[in-house]
Amino acid sequence: MSDTVTLTIDGQEITVPAGTTMLEAAAQLGIEVPVICYHDATTSNGLCRVCVVDVNNGRLLQAACVTACTNGTKVETRNERVERSRRTILEMLNSGVDLQHAPTIQTLMTDYDVDPARFPDAERREHALLDDNPFYVRDYSQCVLCWRCVQVCAEDAQYTFALTFDGRGFDTHIATAFDIPMPESPCVFCGQCVGVCPTGALKPKIQWGMEQGMTPEQIRQSTRQPRRRQQVEIEEG
Amino acid sequence: MDSPSITEILTPYQNRQREALLPALWDMQTAFGYIGPEAVRRISHTLHVPEADIYGVISFYSLFSAKPTAETVIRVCTDPVCGLAGADEVVHHLCRQLNVHHDEITPDGKYAVSHTTCLGLCDHAPAALISQRGHEEFAVAPVSPESNVLELQITPLYQSIIRGDILLKGVDGTHVESLADYGDYLALHHAITTLGPDGVIEQVEKSDLIGRGGAAFPTATKWKMTRQAAGQPKYVVCNADESEPGTFKDRVLMETRPHLILEGVALCAFAIGATKAYLFVRGEYPESAWRLQRAIDEATHAGLLGENILGSDFSLDIEIRRGGGAYICGEETALFEAIEGNRGFPRIKPPYPTTHGLFQKPTVVNNVETLSTIPGIVEHSGEWFKQWGTEKSTGPKLVSVSGHVQRPGVYEINPGLTLRQLLEDFCGGVIGNLQTVLMGGAAGTFLTPDQLDVRLTFEDLRAIRSTFGSGAIMVFNETADLRDILRRLGRFFKHESCGKCFPCQLGTQRQMEILERADTPLIGDRERLRDIGLTMTESSLCGLGQTAASAVLSALEKWPDLFAVKGQPV
Repeated sequence: MSDTVTLTIDGQEITVPAGTTMLEAAAQLGIEVPVICYHDATTSNGLCRVCVVDVNNGRLLQAACVTACTNGTKVETRNERVERSRRTILEMLNSGVDLQHAPTIQTLMTDYDVDPARFPDAERREHALLDDNPFYVRDYSQCVLCWRCVQVCAEDAQYTFALTFDGRGFDTHIATAFDIPMPESPCVFCGQCVGVCPTGALKPKIQWGMEQGMTPEQIRQSTRQPRRRQQVEIEEG
Repeated sequence: MDSPSITEILTPYQNRQREALLPALWDMQTAFGYIGPEAVRRISHTLHVPEADIYGVISFYSLFSAKPTAETVIRVCTDPVCGLAGADEVVHHLCRQLNVHHDEITPDGKYAVSHTTCLGLCDHAPAALISQRGHEEFAVAPVSPESNVLELQITPLYQSIIRGDILLKGVDGTHVESLADYGDYLALHHAITTLGPDGVIEQVEKSDLIGRGGAAFPTATKWKMTRQAAGQPKYVVCNADESEPGTFKDRVLMETRPHLILEGVALCAFAIGATKAYLFVRGEYPESAWRLQRAIDEATHAGLLGENILGSDFSLDIEIRRGGGAYICGEETALFEAIEGNRGFPRIKPPYPTTHGLFQKPTVVNNVETLSTIPGIVEHSGEWFKQWGTEKSTGPKLVSVSGHVQRPGVYEINPGLTLRQLLEDFCGGVIGNLQTVLMGGAAGTFLTPDQLDVRLTFEDLRAIRSTFGSGAIMVFNETADLRDILRRLGRFFKHESCGKCFPCQLGTQRQMEILERADTPLIGDRERLRDIGLTMTESSLCGLGQTAASAVLSALEKWPDLFAVKGQPV
């Protein structure tokens, strides 16, 4: 078996080591395939499908981040089908998630001519801000479900296993077991989840406080008295 | 407070690993009606699985709950065929009777009424699944709006109309086959003493058998690749997660012919060199699960399964796994994840199951019906199997017919039969004037009356861009509201999307929203449905998302004015 494969990407021939993904091969040619969930430091799961490319005009488009290059294939990284998928995914995402603190996705939306009003009356994923620890806040209304935080909390980095997925389908959200406040979970506050978050869903507490116009003193005070979701429930009940 | 019982429940799980998570969760759910923090903590310690992971698995499945539920939860199916039969009225009536809203628990904690997706009782619609704390689930069908919830009783055997001469020979739906009825596993005998593994595969190859699960893949190819794959041990998985709305053929097979299925599983294991097999039975089919278990016990006792089968050096352990309520687990790699104790997320392919299947080992995964054709092929021959069907669609094929026909049921057809012949000669004709047939299940396509002469074969259906799919044939007369059918399909896919990839996670939600307002559509809804549909079809990660818009796209094509806005050009 040969150690290299040769293929054509957007009309340019390239030879790469076997096992190279189409995303990597395209990058070598200076072709940027857009991504949302992909991150160099985390396992690629082919979730966002924004990186789909047309391989041999096949029935299905292929996610470039997880598709290995094969000999003789003809890849188109941007054509009508690819653009329709990318634009529609972005429009559907934008209609359900607060993307104002996701600059990369904002750029993509401009690039793909996204109509921000494409899906009127669309249900949004609304979640109350979780401010339950001194280090970071969680606003899952801004979460695109890229999985990076769950992955770095688990086998991709930290082996802490504080995070999981709650629910299924559109209603999925990232959570701790039984939604317990972070200080009661196994979280060690390593901060890796905050580091890999592509949107404003996870933010350092200080940064968030400054954005809210709080003074350092106010942020420190709120840190000493974390507002926990359970306290709200007790007050209501 | 539940600790002693939790301890009792977990006793048999000592020294087991994550693969035992699903059965452990079932035991807790059945005993307590929910799986709370203490149960999760103890399972975590016993099976060495992080608590967050366990919580994530619980929240993935419809039949598990992390919060306390009612003593009795009544789940009514509201998919298209049950909807047609008045399922919404049943839900309203039950809620009124109990004076609760949908999904609300009665003040005394005794009852709750909820929805479920298809229960595979479409020929007895509408159907409901009853979960009672401390007991195994049971189904009731038909459940009428006049039913008294306090008197809902298990229906002993759903006397489905069953007609067939090969797989269903002599089966009348009132009798469960015992080993004495079935007789010795003659095909297995023949395989062990005469054919050998290669001889078995040779006959399956000669039969040109195509898998009956929906993907229409040649069975022998799978078997050969798995047999040749490096890596030990190898596994056989029987996909009994039949969940496609309108499909109930596998339920009927499991409930009436368990030994036929087991012999098929044993032959597959013998052929590929596996000593362990799993039957993954959907959680909504408790009857199927215990009937199969009883048959496994009988066969093991008779030396037809277990150690040194029929005195040979071939051994096989067959284990039943009950699903937790998730259509996606019928996708083969999601099914592996479920058995391994994870959320049922489908995997990226390649690698394929033949080399990296269950526990990343070479695995054959076949549908119930596919495996039940194997004993006949091995006992008689591949040529024998080809006396039925056409060149490209060999052997008898089961279909589930429901909706507006005189005799809904499971029919074994000789492929080549036309849809018209099936509906008129087998099913006693359409009730009223035919409007459309939804062919292949929720992930199928609509056919119109002018297409009734299509021959029911893989190739003829493909030629008109339709599909056998799961073998579901749902018939609707002119009284059925197409928008209502589409709405229910939309809700189904939204409910069952696993949420892994964006096109399906977002697309099933947006598609449902547009279908919900189909009676008063917005300008541009047809184009929205088309873009969503094509994006899901072309870019989703797995077969669920790739077919979640199939029926909608075919409806847009057949009835272009279905989503037309008044006063706007079509």
